Amino acid sequence: MKISRDRGNVLIRFIAGITILGMSVTASEELSKWLRPEHIPAPKDNQITSERVELGTFLYFDTRLSRDGTVSCATCHNEANGWSDGLPKAVGIEGREGPRNSPTVLNTAYQIRQFWDGRAKTLEEQALGPIEADVEMDMDLDELLKRLNKIEGYKVLFEKAYPGEGITRDTLAKAIATFERTVVSTESPFDRYVKGDKNAIDANAKKGFALFTGKGHCTDCHDGFNFTDGSFHNLGLGDADEGRYGLKKRAAWFHAFKTPTLRDVTKSGPYFHDGSIKTLAEATAVCGNGGRFPNSEKVSPLIVDRGLNQEELELLVDFLKTLEGTPLNIKEPTQFPQ
Amino acid sequence: MKTIALLASTLVLAVSMHASEHVVNQKGKAFAPGTMKVKVGDKITFKNNDGFAHNAFSDNEANEFDIGMQKPGQDVTIEMKKPGTVEVECAIHPNMHMTIEVVE
Ligand SMILES: [Cu+2]
Repeated sequence: MKISRDRGNVLIRFIAGITILGMSVTASEELSKWLRPEHIPAPKDNQITSERVELGTFLYFDTRLSRDGTVSCATCHNEANGWSDGLPKAVGIEGREGPRNSPTVLNTAYQIRQFWDGRAKTLEEQALGPIEADVEMDMDLDELLKRLNKIEGYKVLFEKAYPGEGITRDTLAKAIATFERTVVSTESPFDRYVKGDKNAIDANAKKGFALFTGKGHCTDCHDGFNFTDGSFHNLGLGDADEGRYGLKKRAAWFHAFKTPTLRDVTKSGPYFHDGSIKTLAEATAVCGNGGRFPNSEKVSPLIVDRGLNQEELELLVDFLKTLEGTPLNIKEPTQFPQ
Repeated sequence: MKTIALLASTLVLAVSMHASEHVVNQKGKAFAPGTMKVKVGDKITFKNNDGFAHNAFSDNEANEFDIGMQKPGQDVTIEMKKPGTVEVECAIHPNMHMTIEVVE
């Protein structure tokens, strides 16, 4: 087995993912709900270990998981683009365009539903979806398991990560989910502010934060440390995508999509499920001022026209910029298991 | 107040004579209480104490219901028609979850 990826590096990143979050905090009670958690949650039967992170990292970046060997998970979810791809809609093998914007992988460990329409409850449920989707990796899972079982290096890595379990749908999903779980926010200027450094963000950002929690009512949905409460809303963008309604014809789910995180939001544009909005200035205007069809039946009653003026929208963007953390610097392996 | 009639059945009328009323609050994006034990025929009123809409529903066959968009301050009362465990969720906020135990 030839693996150039430095094992120590994987381990350090894994440990960093945990300890970066460890903090001594003197945040006021009012601000404490914005503190990043100290631990990454993981299911009992798929706890995070360095072996699983190492395996998951290879799988995440490996284009052999797609039918024609051209697309990996990282193609549509890479760090440089805020764990999305910088495109309005996802592009899979043979240049096939998918129906939605690639959602960020960042902090999905803390999401209680996955995908824009929330059709998966866990990352383990989510992980295999894009591999099979014809507009993404278009790979038959049974074929993929055969392919991986022929790669000696992967046999060894799976055995270390999931002893005695073999290379199965289950272990494949678990390993990729484990990698995704380690993609968590690092400390941002806003975090330093929350922890007590009053000068960590400037006066405009502070005004923006006040609008965010006050007049803008942004926290009605973008709540908690991850700046989402996991809720689903119809933003009234006017596109044909019915969103969560596709899962079940429940009235509240018509055109409803998951509230995305706002951490590192500066990097993950274009925005919204259809990727139709290029800048944060436009995004805050649409979100804060009632969607594209304010005060109409075409938009959720939670998406209200807050009457934010241009200056206020700009202050909100100033605040959002303070949610950008330092890069995780997860490197794509230069050589893969053979 | 809007009342959602749940598969009205004459069979439960005898029981509902002893029915009592219960309240579930929706505040801070959480149901309170989180668990509840009621009798068949009991009425449960969902209150929305938050500043935005909620939408409680249950897909459990025995007592399936969907309150729909419930605005702040609005009350909605439903009746539990059959015994069983009722998992209640909010269609807007899936992190809102509660369990109602309905007994004979
Ligand atoms: Cu709700």
